[in-house]
Amino acid sequence: MKTSTAVTVAALAAVAGAVITYVSVRPSPAPGATPVAPAAPAAAFTPPPDSAIPDDQFGQMVRLGQLIFNETPTYAPQYTGNVLSCTNCHIDAGRLAHSAPLWAAYVNFPAYRSKNKHVNTFEERMQGCFRFSMNGEAPPMGDSALVALESYAFWLSTGAPVNQPIAGRGYPKLEKPAQAPDYQRGAKVFAAHCALCHGTDGQGQRAGGVQVFPPLWGPESFNWGAGMGSVNNAAGFIKANMPLSLGGTLSDQDAWDVALFMDSHERPQDPRFKGTVENTRKLYHDSPMSMYGKQVNGVLLGQHSVPAGGSTRAGTR
Amino acid sequence: MTFLAASRRFNAGGDVVGRSTHHRRLWGLLAIVGLAVPVCVMGQTTAQDARAAAITEKGNDHGVPACVSCHGPHLLGNPALGYPRIAGQSAPYVTEQLEALASGTRKNPLMMPIAKALTPAEREALAHYLSGLPVGRAPTPDTLAQRADSATRHAGEVLAMRGRWADTLPACDRCHGPGGIGVGTAFPPLAGQPVRYLTDQLHMWQQGTRGPGPLDLMSTIAKRMSEEDVAAVAAYYALQPPTPPTAKASRP
Repeated sequence: MKTSTAVTVAALAAVAGAVITYVSVRPSPAPGATPVAPAAPAAAFTPPPDSAIPDDQFGQMVRLGQLIFNETPTYAPQYTGNVLSCTNCHIDAGRLAHSAPLWAAYVNFPAYRSKNKHVNTFEERMQGCFRFSMNGEAPPMGDSALVALESYAFWLSTGAPVNQPIAGRGYPKLEKPAQAPDYQRGAKVFAAHCALCHGTDGQGQRAGGVQVFPPLWGPESFNWGAGMGSVNNAAGFIKANMPLSLGGTLSDQDAWDVALFMDSHERPQDPRFKGTVENTRKLYHDSPMSMYGKQVNGVLLGQHSVPAGGSTRAGTR
Repeated sequence: MTFLAASRRFNAGGDVVGRSTHHRRLWGLLAIVGLAVPVCVMGQTTAQDARAAAITEKGNDHGVPACVSCHGPHLLGNPALGYPRIAGQSAPYVTEQLEALASGTRKNPLMMPIAKALTPAEREALAHYLSGLPVGRAPTPDTLAQRADSATRHAGEVLAMRGRWADTLPACDRCHGPGGIGVGTAFPPLAGQPVRYLTDQLHMWQQGTRGPGPLDLMSTIAKRMSEEDVAAVAAYYALQPPTPPTAKASRP
């Protein structure tokens, strides 16, 4: 009894003492805690702040576009076949330079695209995003989803020069790596730098009903026709932007290796599929940058893909 | 009950395919072992949980005070003193933090001796036990958060939901989840944590008195934040509900 009381008293005293000490040594603001601008290649163009969105009918459409862009499965569910959002690959709601910003794209359309061998309007370009990156269905021309997204892109481009080279467009083009990109090295980079957020299985993480970290492959990711399925595009994006907030910290070699690793996993079928994987590769993936139709770990990529379209396919969910 | 049913099924199977009695006995034995192992593990876990629960309520006999004396009833936090909610915290995160406090890579004069006085087994047990406790609001209000003016709260909301990429600051929600409810085992909840706690942690990363965390993410990010940013996000998250609002109507 006596002992236990003594222990309690001692413990209470220890806590009280520690509380006092703790309070008195509470960390103070760091003297040098001013915002540190990290070394990132500067972009010449800065889009307007959200506060400048006009308070009228046009502004409402801009805001709708921003919502669709940031939470695509919620605001454009009929056209979105997976759990990704535009902002996953166009960081900061499409504002960030070197992350394929909307303002750099908008002022460079209409443009000829080798992907479909004709001149595309900006609207048609966005249809491609839904069909491939969102593994969904292209909204019809004039659909409010496209009007909203185009309004948002147009507004972000306020003051940007039209049809001029503009710094920060697309993803950076990396030099050819010293060593050919390698799956095994990529797996190691993935485990060390990517799995924390995207999971060891690459399927991302959810919380509170929201997809917080996007899946990088598998049925809920972009399909084989998406631009991110090209190793060079993925390497450029990863080098400039990954891990999120630590862009530029991976070596070029690491970026190439892990891009190849990501793009060597099964994902939904290319919606342009023509009969066989071999034929589809010949028609649409005839490039060393595409792993579609190649053997990886004894598996022919594209052979076991789930059909394109995900949740937009009638009756699948 | 289950064993009896299973054993009946084995016997029936034996009769049908004409297995020998010897085989039947062997299967029965395997079934017993198969059922007994999980029961043992469960018993152990329950005992560990009971031990951990006792520590949280009464402390241990080698210098650890009751967790509730600082972290509040039901371990939901103590906003006035800046002690965080630890109920419902992910087990790997708690283990990692207790180890960091014991080794001194996370410097906290109050918690360092306590973490050191816990055996590794006690740390594991606590981590497991805490992760199973229900999350909720602290019983006392966070007056510091309530006092934050609307401009500060708004600035916090913008940083939380959008970040400030001109300074390479990602939105906090991007990793800590919607409303800062926490994601997985590596990204702890910010929602409903005391202003003083959140402020202290950001200052510690700025000063290097808390280890850099996975990929050095938080030490890097905190150093890009101004004092106004710290105050703003701390006030914003302290006022967020610690449990997710009714899940959004989005696909599973």
